[in-house]
Amino acid sequence: MTDQAYNFAYLDEATKRMIRRALLKGIAVPGYQVPFASREMPMPYGWGTGGVQVTAACLTPEDTLKVIDQGADDTTNAVSIRKFFERTGGVKTTTHTAEASLIQTRHRIPEEPLRADQILVYQVPIPEPLRFLEPRESETRKMHSLEEYGLMHVKLYEDIARHGEISTAYAYPVKVEGRYVMDPSPIPKFDNPKLGGSPAIQLFGAGREQRIYALPPFTQVVSLDFEDHPFMASKADHDCDLCGCSTSYLDEVITDDRGGRMFVCSDTDFCEARRAQGHRGRLSPEEAV
Amino acid sequence: MKDLGNTALLQVAGLSKYYGTRIGCEAVSFDLWPGEVLGIVGESGSGKSTLLSCLAGHLTPDQGRVLYNGRDTVTMSEAERRVLGRTDWAFVHQNARDGLRMGVSAGGNVGERLMAVGARNYGAIRGSAIDWLGRVEIDADRIDDRPRQFSGGMQQRLQIARNLVTGPRLVFMDEPTGGLDVSVQARLLDLLRGLVRDMGLSVILVTHDLAVARLLADRLMVMQAGRVIEQGLTDQVLDDPQAPYTQLLVSSVLQV
Amino acid sequence: MYVATKGGERAIDAAHDWLAEARRGDPAIPELSVAQIREQMSLAVNRVMAEGSLYDPDLAALAIKQARGDLIEAIFLIRAYRTTLPRFGASLPVETGAMAITRRISATFKDVPGGQVLGPTFDYTHRLLDFKLAAEGEVQQAGRKPADDQPAPHVLALLDRDGLMEPLAPSAAVPGDLTREPLEMPADRPLRLQALSRGDEGFVLSMAYSTQRGYGRTHAFVGELRIGSCAVEMEIPELGFSVEIGTVELSECETVNQFTGSKTEPAQFTRGYGLVFGQNERKSISMSLVDRALRWEELGEEDTGAPAQDAEFVLYHCDNIQATGFLEHIKLPHYVDFQSELELIRRLRKAAGASEREAAE
Repeated sequence: MTDQAYNFAYLDEATKRMIRRALLKGIAVPGYQVPFASREMPMPYGWGTGGVQVTAACLTPEDTLKVIDQGADDTTNAVSIRKFFERTGGVKTTTHTAEASLIQTRHRIPEEPLRADQILVYQVPIPEPLRFLEPRESETRKMHSLEEYGLMHVKLYEDIARHGEISTAYAYPVKVEGRYVMDPSPIPKFDNPKLGGSPAIQLFGAGREQRIYALPPFTQVVSLDFEDHPFMASKADHDCDLCGCSTSYLDEVITDDRGGRMFVCSDTDFCEARRAQGHRGRLSPEEAV
Repeated sequence: MKDLGNTALLQVAGLSKYYGTRIGCEAVSFDLWPGEVLGIVGESGSGKSTLLSCLAGHLTPDQGRVLYNGRDTVTMSEAERRVLGRTDWAFVHQNARDGLRMGVSAGGNVGERLMAVGARNYGAIRGSAIDWLGRVEIDADRIDDRPRQFSGGMQQRLQIARNLVTGPRLVFMDEPTGGLDVSVQARLLDLLRGLVRDMGLSVILVTHDLAVARLLADRLMVMQAGRVIEQGLTDQVLDDPQAPYTQLLVSSVLQV
Repeated sequence: MYVATKGGERAIDAAHDWLAEARRGDPAIPELSVAQIREQMSLAVNRVMAEGSLYDPDLAALAIKQARGDLIEAIFLIRAYRTTLPRFGASLPVETGAMAITRRISATFKDVPGGQVLGPTFDYTHRLLDFKLAAEGEVQQAGRKPADDQPAPHVLALLDRDGLMEPLAPSAAVPGDLTREPLEMPADRPLRLQALSRGDEGFVLSMAYSTQRGYGRTHAFVGELRIGSCAVEMEIPELGFSVEIGTVELSECETVNQFTGSKTEPAQFTRGYGLVFGQNERKSISMSLVDRALRWEELGEEDTGAPAQDAEFVLYHCDNIQATGFLEHIKLPHYVDFQSELELIRRLRKAAGASEREAAE
């Protein structure tokens, strides 16, 4: 059911062209933050307006869209954004990673490896990896253009000096093709290794901050670290209690007020597919005999 | 050991800077040789700080040339100038707070320049930081403390370590001992003199304190109202001043 | 035992139904009409138009009704609607000097050509609750005097003629459009004024207030505040001349600020400027103070480090739609990030515990 009062995927064609130009520039200069004239969207800033605009500019009527938030298709904001495009674009939607041609995500990269015919769109709250070291936009842009990234390592140095390890657990900064330092959006650092060398196009949209950036397929992406304190992707030291997977990123769920908890895959589609294949975890319901 | 090359490290010609119609500094020319310490003395308002800012690239002069190793630092791009600023050059501020990151540990402060030029081994960076803290007489166990917890003299020594860790060739110093107690000053001067000699640094030192100039500088330039009115070897200028203004300056210090 | 987060879709629908019910309130009380809001809540309507950047009193009134009186939410509705409107072009600059004035005051001169007009103002009312309004009393008809057709030129133009005002060089440059181009720093004055004009009233007010209290002091006098209607004209290329396409109500404030001059320039007055949709004088005065404070650099003044002098700080934080969205987004699930923090804290605590045990051994 489409809403005829609006253009396909809400934005008018002139705005989409403007966003596509920014996307092309972003693809051409991987990791560089391209300013774009972000539009007011009918959802609040900070709730995915950047991702929604990028998705709107990329969607075609033939696309199949998947929207996830925290890895899950059924979280409220994912539902809301999916409905928005069903209503304004009439596009097919899916919860299956493999079936989607375009995936909009907040805070996760799907567990299932992406393909060359897929686009992953990230929602980005703060695109500037140097922001909390230097609050001034005019200064951080200069630092990027002059490749002055020493300060970023000072932050990592301070982490190790204080905690014995780099205590950045998400939105872990990366260097793209040996040039730009980039914020991968608040994905857990567990997902960082999936950023590099991916066959899919990865697009990042920050609506409030009016920035777009991109990783073209097979881009080199290196998580910042020290030689003697190398980057390590980490996750909870458990298996999924529903599907038994030992390699997926897990959510911790509190099950009672006596300290009971369970760990389940944050990627709901991945977990369901494994269970459909017969995988079982510690707390899977007993098979009906 | 001084590297006595036969070309000047810094060649300054006809440097002028105006604030509206007021003269900041005017028609300043001099050469600085490798391993040489040049003192710039004069009262406050004489233009010595303006001159230093123009030389270090913090201010853009209105006229004149500044050649560093033959490259014009006035016309070079900001990118190149900033690279110089974190490799070959160093700047020691009068107020240590202007030259330190107060929210970053002492080790992080010293390590920043190393990381800025590509050091990526935590252990090695920390090793250099400990070494440098030692050289400026700060205990190694203070490495993870923030400069806020340091005394004024320690902050200044930390600033010096942070600047010298990458082995710069040219150091700009703006009243490095200003605002410190006399006893603290003496210790710092001693330290600076040793470092300058050991590392063969070229230094441009701005000070209003002739005692500091006498201890550190090989050569002196005396400034008044934005112009250089006398220059020469330090002992020569201080013991046998020619210009009346210099005579006044020297006599006032002798009274102290 | 596992309670999945399934059902997000149903929860959203149910929440929306509940919202609609709450908006209506007690059905025994008559429903507000959009026209009632437009006519009787006109200052709220004005604020929504100003910060929503769309001059349409009916839509603004509708937005207020839909937003249950939450003005920032109403502004948000108007902004989102505005995005979908095609842009046909730009009007000619409005001639505020030819405004049909409903209110006009100058604090710098006792009387000015065209006269001082108090208009419908809260000034000089005693702020006592009027219980007659609770009894829904009859409207008192205000007395009227026939309009005299005396022109009311801008007060600052009078000073300008004497050479006491900073000269404003006319510029042929087309100002940027904040809604079409990303805001980049440093922003020029047209962009700053646009951002302030649609900035949050409370934020701009506080910034202006801070300059009065000494954080970037500019010694402002209200040279002139005028409120009234202006014709909007647009040049139609096919016609080759301009036609009037409507009128808008505007509040315009020009401040006169002290400036002691420099070596190259004689002492003269400088100005700050505020222009806002609708009757919105608090906002237009605030805007002119902040505008003036932001001009420190071009006027060769000292940067005192005051927030109101910091263009990046003011412009990046004055938009309440950006601010409220980002503020409220922390209500969204963050459990992936939180989970990674949780693991980190546990790991660090474990490491600290191990080294303590080692030390104890």
